[in-house]
Amino acid sequence: MKTPIYLDNQATTPVDPRVMDEMLPYFTEMYGNAASRNHPFGWQAEEAVEKARGEIAALIGATPKELVFTSGSTEAINLAMKGAVQMYGDSEGKISGKHIITSLVEHKAVLDTCKHLESEGCEVTYLEPDETGRVSVEQVEAAMRDDTLMVALIWGNNEIGTLNPIRELGALCHERNVLFFVDGTQCAGKIPVDVQADNIDLMCISAHKLYGPKGIGVLYVRRRAPRVRLVAQIDGGGHERGMRSGTLNVPLIVGFGAACRVAMEDLQRDLDHSIELRDRLEEKIREKCDMVHLNGNREHRLPGCLNLSFSYVEGESLLMGINEEMAVSSGSACTSASLEPSHVLRAMGVGDELAHSSIRFGVGRFTTEEEVDHAAERVTQTVTRLRELSPLYEMALEGIDLSTVEWTGH
Amino acid sequence: MAYSDKVIDHYENPRNVGSLDKKSGEVGTGLVGAPECGDVMKLQIQVEGDRIVDAKFKTFGCGSAIASSSLATEWVKGKTIDEALSITNSEIVEELSLPPVKIHCSVLAEDAIKAAVADYKTKQGGDK
Repeated sequence: MKTPIYLDNQATTPVDPRVMDEMLPYFTEMYGNAASRNHPFGWQAEEAVEKARGEIAALIGATPKELVFTSGSTEAINLAMKGAVQMYGDSEGKISGKHIITSLVEHKAVLDTCKHLESEGCEVTYLEPDETGRVSVEQVEAAMRDDTLMVALIWGNNEIGTLNPIRELGALCHERNVLFFVDGTQCAGKIPVDVQADNIDLMCISAHKLYGPKGIGVLYVRRRAPRVRLVAQIDGGGHERGMRSGTLNVPLIVGFGAACRVAMEDLQRDLDHSIELRDRLEEKIREKCDMVHLNGNREHRLPGCLNLSFSYVEGESLLMGINEEMAVSSGSACTSASLEPSHVLRAMGVGDELAHSSIRFGVGRFTTEEEVDHAAERVTQTVTRLRELSPLYEMALEGIDLSTVEWTGH
Repeated sequence: MAYSDKVIDHYENPRNVGSLDKKSGEVGTGLVGAPECGDVMKLQIQVEGDRIVDAKFKTFGCGSAIASSSLATEWVKGKTIDEALSITNSEIVEELSLPPVKIHCSVLAEDAIKAAVADYKTKQGGDK
């Protein structure tokens, strides 16, 4: 077993060797421009792109023509949201308006795009999720107005793994002629995704979250019932049916396609594997540590995501104790002078103290049982050691209610 | 973020971890910081005459906070109360090579020493 163990599969995933093998020839031998229509180099590239487009479409239940290649989810989010507002904001049709409904636990790419749109005259409603990070259909329905253009929600939350009820939310949106944009970055290739059955109009996904290369993503844009049109955000040669100009990155697209095909073939195996190891990790940690809190929704959760808070232990010190052995992510941004805990945990009502001690463990396709056991061992050792050092743990054991103590905050 | 060797050493082998009897008249306890800010330090001193003969700490906080308080206990031990009060946070910053974002950890350690001394003085005043 090699250390550090990689347990940050929500941040990114390694390129699967099967994917890598398919990409390589497109760097060196088949380097044509997919837009070159008059020679075999171009035809070869175009054929490879269209094959990949079909593989990606198949994974999410779309048709190939409904996909627009982008540099990743962030760009797809910008295109979907800004492009829709510019297309429909002042429209007289059924789909119109400048009101957007989103939630407080979205990825920064959505929240910052919303801020930008607010500065350009849009109104945005930021829904507060329940304590597990979930948004309900009733909440969204209550927030809808006559001028609501779009509901923009994350499917699987990147920090806590909570899954929103996408199919039901989509049905509501379609009933009300409201565009439904889904950030599916963490979900495609991890859980079954079907844009038809799930009533999705726009959805972003990113190759590097599903064992494909970084720097390539896609925006799904529904073509029927309703046909969604967007104003392009990048002008140029009119690639991707005018929605995203720029020479297609053929090797990355080939890799993206291969990654989707492999993910589709292995979906059930990957899903079972991730759930088994995720739950094993939690169980092994709880065997030796008490006062461990699960952040997120136990039932509706991404298969590989385990976000835990360890009471009376500060997150950065915990990371310092385990960093050499494993790569994980912390909910606390303690490296900044402002000590700001995660906006997701805060929106869920997790107290700052627990938010500071949260760690996200992300298991994936290549994680092994041995790695999980080793990680659990190291985490529990470190938590135990830091609790012996913690005045808060000592006070809690003495029966002191920490919320009644007068702290000298700084 | 890279930690200095001295911070890592204090984190891995913290000095003087533990607790003294907070009810004792010879013990001063300083508890500073707040859980929601991510740092709480408890620093205790045991005083004989005007000399600090023992010091213990417990800290909830990042590696730099643990190191700052661990170092503070090492430094106050054997010093007179007045000498301990003259320890400044900038000396801690220098000794541990703390980066700017971690200066608050050293400030908290200085506050913890002052709070422990103040508690001890209050107890002594109360006895008289």
